[in-house]
Amino acid sequence: MHLEDLAEKAAEYRAEEAHVEHEVRVCVAASCQSSGSLPVLEALTKACGDGGGTCKVKGVGCMGLCSAGPLVAVAKRDSDLADSLVYRDVTAADAPEIMASVRGAPVERLRCPTDQPFFARQQRIVLENSGIIDPDSFKGYVAVGGYAALVQALSEMTPGDVLREITTSGLRGRGGGGYPTGLKWSTIAKMPAGQKYVICNADEGDPGAFMDRAVLESDPHRILEGMAIAAYAVGANKGYVYVRAEYPLAVERLQTAIRKAKRAGFLGSKVADTQFAFEIEIRLGAGAFVCGEETALMASIEGLRGQPRPRPPYPAESGLWGCPTLINNVETFANIAPIIREGGDWFASIGTERSKGTKVFALAGKIENTGLIEVPMGTKLRDIIEVIGGGIPDGRAFKAVQTGGPSGGCIPEAHLDIPVDYDSLKTLGTMMGSGGMIVMDDSSCMVDVARYFMEFCMTESCGKCIPCRAGTQQMHGLLDKITRSQGTQADLTLLEELCEVVQATSLCGLGQTAPNPVLSTLRYFRDEYEQKLGDG
Amino acid sequence: MPPPPTQPNVRVVTLRIDDRDLSAREDETIIEVCRENKIPIPSLCHLDGLTIWGGCRLCMVEVAGQNRLLAACSTRVAEGMRIQTNTEKLQRYRRTIIELLFAERNHVCSVCVSNGHCELQWLAQRCGVDHVRVPYRQVPYPVDSSHEMFRVDHNRCILCTRCVRVCDEIEGAHTWDVMGRGSDCRVITDLATPWGESESCTSCGKCVQVCPTGALVKQGTSVGEMVKDQHFLPILARRRHAP
Repeated sequence: MHLEDLAEKAAEYRAEEAHVEHEVRVCVAASCQSSGSLPVLEALTKACGDGGGTCKVKGVGCMGLCSAGPLVAVAKRDSDLADSLVYRDVTAADAPEIMASVRGAPVERLRCPTDQPFFARQQRIVLENSGIIDPDSFKGYVAVGGYAALVQALSEMTPGDVLREITTSGLRGRGGGGYPTGLKWSTIAKMPAGQKYVICNADEGDPGAFMDRAVLESDPHRILEGMAIAAYAVGANKGYVYVRAEYPLAVERLQTAIRKAKRAGFLGSKVADTQFAFEIEIRLGAGAFVCGEETALMASIEGLRGQPRPRPPYPAESGLWGCPTLINNVETFANIAPIIREGGDWFASIGTERSKGTKVFALAGKIENTGLIEVPMGTKLRDIIEVIGGGIPDGRAFKAVQTGGPSGGCIPEAHLDIPVDYDSLKTLGTMMGSGGMIVMDDSSCMVDVARYFMEFCMTESCGKCIPCRAGTQQMHGLLDKITRSQGTQADLTLLEELCEVVQATSLCGLGQTAPNPVLSTLRYFRDEYEQKLGDG
Repeated sequence: MPPPPTQPNVRVVTLRIDDRDLSAREDETIIEVCRENKIPIPSLCHLDGLTIWGGCRLCMVEVAGQNRLLAACSTRVAEGMRIQTNTEKLQRYRRTIIELLFAERNHVCSVCVSNGHCELQWLAQRCGVDHVRVPYRQVPYPVDSSHEMFRVDHNRCILCTRCVRVCDEIEGAHTWDVMGRGSDCRVITDLATPWGESESCTSCGKCVQVCPTGALVKQGTSVGEMVKDQHFLPILARRRHAP
């Protein structure tokens, strides 16, 4: 298949929709569904009827502003989120009014302005189709240019060309570590030919993080396309998506996407009519956080107990069933198609010196606009929280923002003006992580926060290595004692010492980073710990 | 005349451990080289003849040029490596890890059948653990005496999984495995059935011999009577894996 053939197909699919002038898009991602978007979709479909042939109601993926859900956008066909009329907190009873507003005046009482910074300040690359296309529709994805990058890679580029583009782009792994993607891919491509695997890590487990879920639920074909391009570049013929079972909707949409992509010839034994073969299977995680760690994830796929093993050997050398294996996060794969389409130089022009492109963040906690945003790397943290996020509700004061989940740390007011990228967060003692941001106001006790994350690490420790298994247990006990105002100075000293040992000696990333929330709260809010100490 | 034996393509490297210049095959791990040269490295999960586990973290060493500590049991040697095995920092970490173990379950030596013959006790003494600074958890774990010859006391278990590995890799029965998460982890026989009812157990007793503590013992032993013999393991392991 050539790019022209695909373009023809896309034109054909668009022609099928040519009669549609207006679309009424209802968010059917998990967040809006939980606030009741399915009845809204039903009521709107009913109110629309045949829409006079020019109006169509469809379910779409996440529009970002989850706190205002269910969201409905009334838009001209092909227009994006910023150009549409967005309604917030919609109920089924509002359906007739909304339908009337398609050609009439907007319903002011439901209106959610799209010129507000939350929408205007974003730059959508990963989420470019999210909230616009129907995630279950293969035609919808192809109509907006989907699979063009894959066809372009297969028909016009060698695997080496693909590797060069990815390396040029400067893309770094979005799962948290920030390892250069081009370097990872090249390493696996260099391994001798033979069985190789590609794995998409969708075992998103950080508290307060939901970026990967939104991408999988809103635009699943993009992940398949990214994985197929990766497989072509490194010489793999089999892929797995390891997704947690707590994301049933994402799993369902992935299954649909895989089935449709296979039927259309974009997965299977002859991808896009070339000699390249690539199959994708889904594996469900059974609820262990540690299975997001790459070696534990591979053990779990192999059917073993989900426990990490020492590295090296790294998965690139000896991964799934001992074969070279590429593991990337959902968001990393979501960036691949645009990079191939627009070129690595284009991607490298976005972001900062050492962190390229955009990053999707999940805003949660005490912040006006909770939801999903995508901003260029290097955006100031203050802009994200105060401008895009809309600041702290109820007139309270900002206290700290936790990034990187249980492996990260918190950032206080004094450091809000840093540009967000991998390296600047590291210097503050936290990390980018997968992109969860939990905002806390002055009612939060930071010792409590540290205790919460330690409890999380303790219950999620797999039990294999002693420092993590017994160390997190003891650290949790000490933090618990301090929050109950029964701790002593000696307890605090012991806590710091345990932090050091667990960090230095644990087997995997979960244990090595488990002390981070404690260390970072101690660094910025030591007085809160000391206030809680008894006389001892 | 027999054909000349084929030389496996393994190179030899030189390295420096604790200021001693040593040579080693490049497929050896740091702990193997140390044991060969009588450089003591503490470990509770590693055992010559079993696969690498990397769970106890007592064998962590400092390698020049690495910003992280490395586990000697799971790190292969390399040309020019410079290793420190016993710095003040490592000693402190090891003491803390052993203290964590003592506080995690019930390790009261004076009433243990392995008293005087216990690797945990021995290591604690050698690493200079004179008291335990973290609070004891005091959580009771079960004891299973249903097997006619052996007994498992989970209160003494440190989850090193030597029993799991020897049963799977040497005996080939795979009776033992691990269930649960974190401190709730437990070694189990079959699908967590009582040991005495296990259908796969061959009662060979290898698990008892490799157990470093008094968790797996012979029935009928009293305080200090359980002496273990692990000499069979390297010999059997070599025969198992002989070409």
